[in-house]
Amino acid sequence: MKELVIISGKGGTGKTSLSAAFASLAENAVIADCDVDAADLHLVLSPEIVKSGLFESGKLASIDESKCVSCGKCSELCRFDAVKNNGGVFSIEETSCEGCGVCAHFCPAGAVIFEDRKCGEWYISKSRFGTVSHAKLFAGAENSGKLVSLVRKNAKEKAVEEKKDLIITDGPPGIGCPVIASITGADAVLIVTEPTLSGEHDLERIASLIKHFRIPFSVCVNRFDVNEEITSRIEKKTLELGGMVAGRIPYNKIFTQSQIRSLTVTESGCSEIENIIKNIWENICRRMMMTI
Amino acid sequence: MIIAVASGKGGTGKTSVSVSLAKAIAELDSKVKLLDCDVEEPNANLLLECSRISETDFSVKIPSLDISCCTGCGKCAAICEFNCIAVVKERAVIFPDLCHSCGGCSLVCPEKCISEIESKTGVITKYSSGKIHLVQGILDIGKAMSPPLIREIKKNTESEIVIIDCPPGTSCPMVTAVSNADYVILVTEPTPFGLHDMTLAVDTLRKMKMNFGVVINRSDSGDDRVENYCRKENIEVIMKIRESIDAARAYSKGIPLYDALPEIKQDFISASKTIMKRAGEKI
Repeated sequence: MKELVIISGKGGTGKTSLSAAFASLAENAVIADCDVDAADLHLVLSPEIVKSGLFESGKLASIDESKCVSCGKCSELCRFDAVKNNGGVFSIEETSCEGCGVCAHFCPAGAVIFEDRKCGEWYISKSRFGTVSHAKLFAGAENSGKLVSLVRKNAKEKAVEEKKDLIITDGPPGIGCPVIASITGADAVLIVTEPTLSGEHDLERIASLIKHFRIPFSVCVNRFDVNEEITSRIEKKTLELGGMVAGRIPYNKIFTQSQIRSLTVTESGCSEIENIIKNIWENICRRMMMTI
Repeated sequence: MIIAVASGKGGTGKTSVSVSLAKAIAELDSKVKLLDCDVEEPNANLLLECSRISETDFSVKIPSLDISCCTGCGKCAAICEFNCIAVVKERAVIFPDLCHSCGGCSLVCPEKCISEIESKTGVITKYSSGKIHLVQGILDIGKAMSPPLIREIKKNTESEIVIIDCPPGTSCPMVTAVSNADYVILVTEPTPFGLHDMTLAVDTLRKMKMNFGVVINRSDSGDDRVENYCRKENIEVIMKIRESIDAARAYSKGIPLYDALPEIKQDFISASKTIMKRAGEKI
């Protein structure tokens, strides 16, 4: 079984639209949405939830006002500015709390309640392209990296159970914790980028991260016709870094239009874009030494 | 006055809007500090003609064990919620990659044999561009934890007007970047993805009890779902920016919206006035 992760460094380059298109082209795949703090794949795949569960991770501190002696020790020790002092009434701001427990450990009055934190929900769903593993991180919650790992684990279990030979994973933007959690141990990465100075800069950073993990990668430039000069530069850079150029996609309104109709671009009836994406998909599969 | 520019969804034009607002405010004769808190992929310097003033390494504190006095009592491993410390053969072993720098282990060690040492995770660069000062944080590749670097950049608030370019998403980096802002601008686009990610950002900001409004970028590229949502939820739409191939081409070469379209300058100047007015009002 192989796992292909689609990431971008810079956000908004078309990662999710392309992941959904691949889901429609792959014959025998499980689909995973690892962009857990802004998961959008379900808006196109319209999955029906078959199984779900609560994702608890880490801890959360809160102050029992009846026990608090207002000594301020918690505020003094907290490294995350999570303790608020409102005229001697101490409280903990949930979104700032790192869950380290230092306040709970050192509170002389035992007034800090330290509990498991509910961070999100995970789902296993059915879609018209097969099984989807996805999740939702609660508003402002922590530990998105761990939820990403859980989504990948769920996807792998379903792939084994259903005898699928591929997992297509829509990854998060950036290069930090959730991205590292998405690509660790993956078989191949596709970077979707755009021909802008920002896209070019971000690509170099994400490519270095992938090289750090020694994962084979390909690059696809979306909306390449916005700046063909930068597109060429990005493709040259890709080859220098040891990656493969998977293809170019022109700017086309069909991406937004199909999203509005809850369809993948390959279902939208635009044969020009459909053929380009099929070609990119074939390049990636060939690179992964797989049959389609 | 602190104004944060956030988005939920990536690639909606946060950085271009942040830089454009900074330029509009500078045009109104104010000094502006622009903080690029999108430390995983910072790009504001690419959109601003600026000169570098200084560059400093950023480090977090990680524990360092003096093995000679460790008794293997395990109190450090017990307090660590991030599984960075294990006790092996009656000695503590530290795995610093997982460390959140809470300081708990060094505080709890009865033998005082854990001290804290600096570990570099990024670089902070300061740039100058006329009335705009830019402070950029850039996370080292392979480092997972961005919030400490974001918190450090946010200490640069010694200016009348501060604009924070936030990371995308709604989890810890975004929360760290927007916290304490007087007003948050959510930049979105009128598409299903844009609306969905914006509603997640709205939930987060409401939970944090923040004051916010919306900028709709490429406002004629999708449908009216974002505007309908804002009307229903009573969220102010501060500005709408029409889709333009000229703006996209200009952006690709590092030119922000403010300088890309001649007619847009005035729109940004009036938007910045509205935003500063809202930031001055209490919720």
